[in-house]
Amino acid sequence: MKFTIADLKRGQRGIIKEFTDDTIPLKLLEMGCLPGNDVELVQIAPFKDPLYLNINGSHLAIRKETALKVEIELVE
Amino acid sequence: MAKQINVALIGNPNTGKTSVFNHLTGLNQQVGNYPGITVEKKEGICKLPRGLKAHIIDLPGTYSLNASSLDENLVIELLLNKNDKDYPDVAVVISDVENLKRNLLLYTQIKDLGIPTILVINMADRMELKGISIDIDLLEERLKTKIALVSSRKNTGIEELKELIINYGRIPTEPCLNASSIDPEYFDRLRKAFPNQSLYKLWLVITQDVNFGNLNRKEINLTQDFLPKKKSELKRLQQKETIARYQFINGVLKETHTVDINAAKDLRAKLDRILTHKVWGYVIFFSIMLLIFQAIYDWSSYPMDFIDMAFAELSEWSKNVLPAGVFTNLISEGIIPGLGGIVIFIPQIAFLFLFISLLEESGYMSRVVFLMDKIMKRFGLSGKSVVPLVSGTACAIPAVMATRNIENWKERLITILVVPFTTCSARLPVYLIIIALVIPDERFLGIFNYQGLTLMLLYLLGFGMSVFSAWVLNKIMDIKGKSYFVIEMPDYKLPMFKNVAINVVEKTKSFVFGAGKIILAISIVLWVLASYGPGDDFNNAETVVTQEYGNSLSEEEFNKHVSSVKLENSYIGIMGKAIEPAVAPLGYDWKIGIAIVSSFAAREVFVGTLATIYSVGSDDEKTIKNRMAAEVNPILGGPLFNFASGISLLLFYAFAMQCMSTLAIVKRETNSWKWPALQLFIMSGIAYVAALAAFQILK
Repeated sequence: MKFTIADLKRGQRGIIKEFTDDTIPLKLLEMGCLPGNDVELVQIAPFKDPLYLNINGSHLAIRKETALKVEIELVE
Repeated sequence: MAKQINVALIGNPNTGKTSVFNHLTGLNQQVGNYPGITVEKKEGICKLPRGLKAHIIDLPGTYSLNASSLDENLVIELLLNKNDKDYPDVAVVISDVENLKRNLLLYTQIKDLGIPTILVINMADRMELKGISIDIDLLEERLKTKIALVSSRKNTGIEELKELIINYGRIPTEPCLNASSIDPEYFDRLRKAFPNQSLYKLWLVITQDVNFGNLNRKEINLTQDFLPKKKSELKRLQQKETIARYQFINGVLKETHTVDINAAKDLRAKLDRILTHKVWGYVIFFSIMLLIFQAIYDWSSYPMDFIDMAFAELSEWSKNVLPAGVFTNLISEGIIPGLGGIVIFIPQIAFLFLFISLLEESGYMSRVVFLMDKIMKRFGLSGKSVVPLVSGTACAIPAVMATRNIENWKERLITILVVPFTTCSARLPVYLIIIALVIPDERFLGIFNYQGLTLMLLYLLGFGMSVFSAWVLNKIMDIKGKSYFVIEMPDYKLPMFKNVAINVVEKTKSFVFGAGKIILAISIVLWVLASYGPGDDFNNAETVVTQEYGNSLSEEEFNKHVSSVKLENSYIGIMGKAIEPAVAPLGYDWKIGIAIVSSFAAREVFVGTLATIYSVGSDDEKTIKNRMAAEVNPILGGPLFNFASGISLLLFYAFAMQCMSTLAIVKRETNSWKWPALQLFIMSGIAYVAALAAFQILK
């Protein structure tokens, strides 16, 4: 089964594998959201969107629709 | 005199770039606009050791050289154009010690342009707290540069940075990344077609929407023997470039940089848990807003009363001291009341900017964006629209510009269109004086001041109207666009006094001088129009009064009637009477009508106009407020400013699009007259209808 960032629970971590979609914005890459990097779900906003992430020490928030396009491998 | 060293400060947002700029230049700085566009240009002079000087430009914050906004375009254009007078001799890239990895991406790009580049690692005071250690010597070697460890909070490392700037000639200019490794075959062809250009610069020109020097994109695409790539291919190459840069950075940092994770568990998580909590988050946000509005109203009333009195005294004094004549009248009845009308708002505007810069400096604003995104999205806005909507309470102009970081065009356009509904500081003068006149100065439940509550309601009305019209626009506008949303969540920081103070002073100054010029000019014109008239009645006002009342009047009453006859027959009186039928149903007399028309240029002119008209008309009441309270409604009798007409005026100003500068900015940002025209007609239409309804129901 494929996991994306949107499947993470609060405090759970994963490693970014690839993007399922070519429309992933360059800005996200520039902020450190790259294959191989560590991602942790820090907090979910009220009403379940957006998601507050810690990617390799960089803290940023993205919407769920974008999170769905970033495939990850879960770290137990 | 020795040549000044041109320095460009570049960095990601939230790295303390502005603090470093403030340390280098002190108050020796000026904020202007780049020619032709509205991006703020901050520059200043820095005194270096040994009598040298540096000219420093603080470039807009950017995450990379891949421009996606006007601000970022500007950074690239300056860095690519050797002929620009501001082209830097040396670039100083500011990074934040906790986000070094991400910050270095921009560093490697700047470095690859062949400009000597100094790296500043800022917030060095937090290293111990966060368990970070860096091998600076090795890092300097691997990045081929000089590094200054700076703490703008503790004011350390600035002198070292100045030394590095003086010796910029010693910094190597070799690149970090070999550009052709992105796609050897493609870059090979590029090199052959343009043998004399730097490959990385060419690559930027191809991928960005900018031109530089004698080379532009069209030319490149038209060059023979060179097959341009498709857009999607270019995008993939850009992604490849970014990944390659991160690989380089990761390699460098692995050797030179360690973080003790155990030390890094901190305040951030605890604060985030409360401030973005599904209940407490909103409670805290609204409490902060309530506090701000109560504070603006309560705290600033003291200095404001003082300023009001002082200007009344000054006007009186100048009348007594200067030789009687037209010129003295112009000063005491035109210029001084006009200036007083603007100076009086300094306390409130300063408070407002103080709170906004505290919210931004502390990192709290990003949490609000996070908290509000889902809700705002429902109305066709973005979480990032909160920042324009909140800073719109200061002024719609910077607010419209603050929409630039909204990625989605439709969300951005809607934000731009609805921002002028928020209560900007120019409305405050109008609100305050009318609230003071028509709302009782009493307390509700012994705590809340009715006047403060009214003000709060007006702010809520502004926000409510923006959100409601956003919802309507979202339903009727059919614009498709790629939607995405990325926002950095910076660490919490204690705001630095110096940054906040400089920000408040600069913003207030530009408000006062910007608006002051318009107000001064308008008040002089108004005074002339009110002091001269075309017909016999104006010139023979004394005779008219004598004919009407006979000789039964006291001297004081006689003079009063003479000045009111004169005013009614002056140029402005005639114009005012002509528009009176349009404003009478709203409960206004012709004087208010004139004030509304003249405040089309800028809302705050309203009070200045009334001040000028009334000071020409009467001598016995000193302050603006007292003069307004003494006015009588010509049709209905009773005080002109009563509850009904007061509410009607408040509503009119809450909704009307009375600001030429905002219209100009909207035109510039949307690149079309269609949107500002739409704003003007729809907003003013709503204003008229709302004011009409309020007066007719309440009267």
